[in-house]
Amino acid sequence: MAGGCAQVTASACIVGIGETRYARDKAWSPTTLALNLEASVRAIDDAGLRVHDIDGLMPFPGLSCAEEVAANLGISELAFTSTVHMGGASPVASLLHASLAVTSGAAKHVLLPSGWAGYSGARARQTVATDAQSVPGGAIARDYYIPYGLTAPPQWYALLARRHMAEYGTRPEQLGAVAVAMRRHAQANPNAVMRGRGMKLEDYLASPMIADPYRLLDCCLETDGGAAVVVTTEERARDLPRHPVRILAAAAGQPYPADEIVGRKDLFRIGLTSAAPRAFGQAGVRPADADFAQIYDCFTFEVLQQIEEAGFCKRGEGGSFVEGGRIELGGDLPVNTHGGLLSEAHVVGMNHVVEAVRQLRREAGERQVANAELGVVTGFGDFGDGSIVILAR
Amino acid sequence: MSARPLPQLTGLAGEFYGFCKVRELRFQRCVDCSAWRHVPRERCGECGSADFRWERSSGRGRVYTWTVANRSMHPAFPSDASVAPVVVEMEEGVRLVSALENCPPGELAIGMPVEVVYEDVTETVTLPKFRRRA
Ligand SMILES: [Zn+2]
Repeated sequence: MAGGCAQVTASACIVGIGETRYARDKAWSPTTLALNLEASVRAIDDAGLRVHDIDGLMPFPGLSCAEEVAANLGISELAFTSTVHMGGASPVASLLHASLAVTSGAAKHVLLPSGWAGYSGARARQTVATDAQSVPGGAIARDYYIPYGLTAPPQWYALLARRHMAEYGTRPEQLGAVAVAMRRHAQANPNAVMRGRGMKLEDYLASPMIADPYRLLDCCLETDGGAAVVVTTEERARDLPRHPVRILAAAAGQPYPADEIVGRKDLFRIGLTSAAPRAFGQAGVRPADADFAQIYDCFTFEVLQQIEEAGFCKRGEGGSFVEGGRIELGGDLPVNTHGGLLSEAHVVGMNHVVEAVRQLRREAGERQVANAELGVVTGFGDFGDGSIVILAR
Repeated sequence: MSARPLPQLTGLAGEFYGFCKVRELRFQRCVDCSAWRHVPRERCGECGSADFRWERSSGRGRVYTWTVANRSMHPAFPSDASVAPVVVEMEEGVRLVSALENCPPGELAIGMPVEVVYEDVTETVTLPKFRRRA
């Protein structure tokens, strides 16, 4: 294999998953730390482990830190802590690092906590606008974007979506097909915030513009929730109660330059563009082999773009790919079977990892993908950082 | 609404906006390989050279892509669809985020030819903006 793709993966597994309630409920108001801790306790318990078995911690950047999580859970012997600074690409990229840690012997059981009070705490829309340090390239945004009113992620990515529409003829109805699919899947998920609130393409088209061409229903939810997973070796997984889900390959990548989003020679080349071929090559599978994909869906176009850049179709064909129910349950490639960030909850993409594990354990209930053997999860963050993991039953 | 956010006039950003204040749009150009670049960088991403000059741009370019801040996500900007960030691709090949004067969002179009103008936002900060050209 080409560089940047360590052969670690055949022997790392996800052995525990944990989620909190996902909600937009003014009467709840959990703290971000409490959400991280509750999800962690559930993931450790699900793995059949005890807190003192955890010796590795990889918290999400900016939401919690290893010291705080360890002190509040009673993890007294930490051998490995690290945080990947890739925004929404961090949870999936952390699976690469956790795999390396457990297979190298740096740690035995690595806990990956995520989650935030994105509804009752600081809203997503406020973070970049008020803190130049909150993303890599924050100073560039401060000096060259924000003075013109380009202040927040939906606006950055709207620039890409608009250009894609011009170059490839991508239409609003195709972005809408992504939103409608996610919403449909949420109806089969008891923990989805948008369960019970169906949505049709007409509803999508009638929703107000937020950052042209993004409408309200192109945008992810702001919710309260936490999710966590536990990673260990395949060897240790044999002694644990749950069906282990194997990490066949994990990879991360960056666009160039990664600290700036408008000047790239190839505007559509994101981190996933280079990470996906590395991961598929290492796993020895093709995109078409996947039984489902959980694609980081901060906004609808990013789903379409990642489908293209991961190689599920050619660049420019994402619009037609997502139409006609292909990405819905029962289609060729069910995407975000839990409802995603758009209709389940915004748990920074760790909820996508949890859902993939649930599908491969065949525990997804009425939204189960029949005979699911192989699943893909992607992460997307900041100005286009990317990550991908290929999981097998 | 809160105070309008401004660039920090330090380092290379200070140099870039310093030229704007005297009505000159200049971008860095590598002395060794002649590559233009923006946003400003310490070294050339093409050849690694640290030698550059601030060369004068023609001031002409085309709208490369655009959005409209229909709903403000920053306390300094209104939610009335009057703020429409555009990306301009200059004749030199570099792109920059800016805004168009006297162009309602409904008239924005990719490929629209534009030329630079300057807005003195404060006594110290002048932002390059653009207007339509024939
Ligand atoms: Zn050079």
